[in-house]
Amino acid sequence: MKRVYAKEEYCIGCRLCEIYCILSHSEYKNDLIKAFKKSLQRPPARIQVEEEGALSFALQCRHCDEAYCVKSCITGAMQKDPETGVVFNEKERCVGCWTCIAACPYGAIIKDETSKKIASKCDLCGQNETPYCVQNCPNGALIFSEEPPYKTSVKGGE
Amino acid sequence: MAYVIIGNSAAAIGAVEGIRKVDRETPITLVSSEPYHTYSRPLISYYLAGKVEESLMVYRKKDFYEKNGVKAILGCRAEALDVEKKSVNLANGQKLPYEKLLIATGGKPFIPPIAGLDKKNVKTFIKLDDVKEIDALVSRGSKVIILGAGLIGLKAAEALAEIGAEVVVVELAEYILSSILDEDAAKIVQKHLENKGIKFELGTTIEKVLGDEEVRAVELKNGSTYTCDLTIVAIGVRPNLELVEGTPVNTEAGIVVNDSMETNISGIYAAGDVTQGYDMTYGEKRVLPILPNAYKQGETAGINMAGGNAKWDEGFAFNSISFFGLPMTTAGIVNPREEGYQELEKCEPENNLYKKLVLKDGKLVGHISLNCIERSGILTSFIREKVDITNIAEKLLNENGLIVLEEELRHRKLVGGGAA
Repeated sequence: MKRVYAKEEYCIGCRLCEIYCILSHSEYKNDLIKAFKKSLQRPPARIQVEEEGALSFALQCRHCDEAYCVKSCITGAMQKDPETGVVFNEKERCVGCWTCIAACPYGAIIKDETSKKIASKCDLCGQNETPYCVQNCPNGALIFSEEPPYKTSVKGGE
Repeated sequence: MAYVIIGNSAAAIGAVEGIRKVDRETPITLVSSEPYHTYSRPLISYYLAGKVEESLMVYRKKDFYEKNGVKAILGCRAEALDVEKKSVNLANGQKLPYEKLLIATGGKPFIPPIAGLDKKNVKTFIKLDDVKEIDALVSRGSKVIILGAGLIGLKAAEALAEIGAEVVVVELAEYILSSILDEDAAKIVQKHLENKGIKFELGTTIEKVLGDEEVRAVELKNGSTYTCDLTIVAIGVRPNLELVEGTPVNTEAGIVVNDSMETNISGIYAAGDVTQGYDMTYGEKRVLPILPNAYKQGETAGINMAGGNAKWDEGFAFNSISFFGLPMTTAGIVNPREEGYQELEKCEPENNLYKKLVLKDGKLVGHISLNCIERSGILTSFIREKVDITNIAEKLLNENGLIVLEEELRHRKLVGGGAA
């Protein structure tokens, strides 16, 4: 499946991906000013920039083929769509127990306590288009691709 | 070919999903003594507190059995297993022949040998019916004694306090949650619970149960006496081995399974709280009664029952739990009892915060993260992947992240998720 991949050699840690992730999931999807000035209870960004010295990268849900969060979910709220491969959380059945946070090998699941406690995570912006974080990265440090940018000798995480 | 699954919780459902990864056709028969569509057992405390309606407790959607070609026989106990004839006898007289059998009968509450704990208002806290019975017995101001300050006892205590009951928790150990926390962390959680009105009697147990048909009061070994309207016994869960008693299926503390989740009898598999399977942090087979492990064991069993090839040898304890909004995640070995472990701690009782990393030979084997659970799955993965954290342990004590990793491992994480 197509995933969002970070290319750390191009990331400058500007955090625009976090800003546009918030926009994508706000009630004003096309208006950055309104999304930030009018939404008083903004849910957290679902992509997180890590930065240390010159090194930085942004990471969100890997939509794992064998997703620990899905298999660990105590309520069945966290699911993997068999068609699209997207890992998604069914809000109504999530009780905010955070077992998925304890299970995710990437630290990609975030506590959203803006209203009812729920686990929040990347949904690939509904998959209708290139995700907002990728579209708005000024440096091409995020790509939306079938192919990962790094070849590693050992398989990743899973 | 016919699959029979005894059980209807995480391990059983994992097995259905595992079988269906390999075999879409062959019918599955699933048997449960409970009359309900598969539901999430850990949600019973949420149900009691009025936070989750029964209709939202389903562990899989209502069309799950139909979609997966499962004939569910609910509200009917599997009474006997005939290994020779490859058949399970049900309470309704039916004999179910099987080609491949999964035993996922879970655990049952352990009741200590104290006279009087068989009285009417003594309950356990495992199943939906348990909390329905409790719900009918308690109201605002009810006095409740809970025996056991483990995960189950304290979730019961939280729910009951939230509906206005007066709760006293009695625990034999010197500190609470001793299976997932150490003493320093436990003290912080205990204080938090006390601030919410829960009273603790530690280092003692019930000496005497007073009352005729119903418990009216309990006397503790330390001399205290409490009147009560309800007593809940929550000192632990033991594998429910009744079905395999007297059969050649090998049991120790639980049904012994290999990494394929097969028992010593070919064609008979077991998964979940009933089993004794491999724990990679201890390097030995243990009973690991936690839901994520039950699901993985069930899924592994299912794949193998259907002729696929799956192994699960990465089990270890890991829990996430909150009490009155105070969250904690823990994993692996949190209280090493032997030499050879290194422990790093950060303790800030004023912030209700505690973090501990346990290392062996430079590798992470356990952690406690109290009120600092963000991204703690990274730690869980380091345990599973046996990552050497010698040089990054201090940084991880302050913040969980991937940036502290060496380039190759970091890149591996950045491109993770896919099968290759």
